[in-house]
Amino acid sequence: MGSNIQITNLRKQFGSFTALHELNLEIAEGEVVCVIGPSGSGKSTLIRCINLLEPFEPQSKIHVGGVPVEAGRNLEKVRADVGMVFQSFNLFPHLTVLRNVMLAPMRVRHATPAQAEARARELLARVGIEGQAEKYPGKLSGGQQQRVAIARALAMDPKVMLFDEPTSALDPEMVGEVLDVMKSLAGTGVTMVVVTHEMGFARQVADRVVFMDGGRIIETGTPTQIFDHPHEERTRNFLGAVLNH
Amino acid sequence: MNIFNTFFNVPILIRTFPLLMSGLWITVQIGVVSIVAGLVLGMVLALVRLYAAPWLQIIAKIYINFMRSIPLLVLLIIIYYALPFVGIRLSPFLSAVSALSLVSGAYTAEIFRAGIEAIPKGQFEASAALGLGYRHMMVDVILPQAIRIVIPPLTNNCINVIKDTALASVVAMPDLLKQATQAQALAANPSPLIGAAIIYVAFLWPLVAAVSRLERSYGKEDH
Repeated sequence: MGSNIQITNLRKQFGSFTALHELNLEIAEGEVVCVIGPSGSGKSTLIRCINLLEPFEPQSKIHVGGVPVEAGRNLEKVRADVGMVFQSFNLFPHLTVLRNVMLAPMRVRHATPAQAEARARELLARVGIEGQAEKYPGKLSGGQQQRVAIARALAMDPKVMLFDEPTSALDPEMVGEVLDVMKSLAGTGVTMVVVTHEMGFARQVADRVVFMDGGRIIETGTPTQIFDHPHEERTRNFLGAVLNH
Repeated sequence: MNIFNTFFNVPILIRTFPLLMSGLWITVQIGVVSIVAGLVLGMVLALVRLYAAPWLQIIAKIYINFMRSIPLLVLLIIIYYALPFVGIRLSPFLSAVSALSLVSGAYTAEIFRAGIEAIPKGQFEASAALGLGYRHMMVDVILPQAIRIVIPPLTNNCINVIKDTALASVVAMPDLLKQATQAQALAANPSPLIGAAIIYVAFLWPLVAAVSRLERSYGKEDH
């Protein structure tokens, strides 16, 4: 399976409220895309549609590596190849850190416990928490928990990683450690879609920045284009509000 | 005749003690079988109630509400005295176990449902995002967490089932209460009844205490 993402005519309704208006976006293999925009602009809804955590309107189409994302037998396979990191970590509290990372490879990829453990320890080392493997998530700081969540997603060797505001629930001093792990992932060939309020990260790491407002993509471009020479009034206003403090 | 001779007649208590113990053994058998059957039934009902096709969910809901509404004694008497008219003849033991587990299953289903619904949505989403199928999501992620939540109410339900086994005495089951009433008639003295009451309380007190302890310790920690 390839790892390009093709979003065609994506529409999402919550009752009578339209969260996403006929949105189109193509993301190339290995590309790092940061999605920015005000709260309620539909950023999170957009990336939650990519692995169908949010169902969308039937006329909309999303393909990941050419495979349609739709309910049915294929969905679990697509999801196995698409890692996701949540704002609230969502680690499994009844399992140790190590077990959190081992679970899906064993159950979905049928890895043996030994294989899964070796891989889990390697990933935990990569995100800098090898020392906490036997602890339960509740004993870890927010930043550590989020790094475990990244390791858990990576354990499936995903082609695509979705980050849904991964640092928004963290104390400020822990934001850096999570962003560092994400930076180290960029350019490794995995396609990354990152919903974030961290403009510094977007500017430094993104290949492309998508600015959303009111359920629409207002503007996309390289970080330089978006941050230094935004075309749209709304982009300028938003950036003016978030950058000038 | 003083109170001691009437209610705590030691020679009579000693004489009837083996009888009461054999009754307790029957009570425990009915209780354990009903609790286990009720747990299995309740788990299935809870999953059907939450995740099955809509018409199955409705059937499960009707079953649960029906079994929670009908007095256990009425259900037991119907099973034992009415079903033989349509050719279903259950032994006293099976009648008691059926009535108890049919009702316990309904209560257990509601307990499990509440437990599953108490698991944050993020746990379901994280499992789904990892590609876990429904079975692994439930077995590896949701149920282990739900079971921690439901242990205190489940223990409470067990206590109720064991208490309700006393109803089996009306279908001629020689359980603790039945043995006690027979011994009382034989000895023309109510001491065996008091003995049975003491045995029930002594048997269930530790469970009651355990529930309070569990509720307190689960209340303290949080994830």
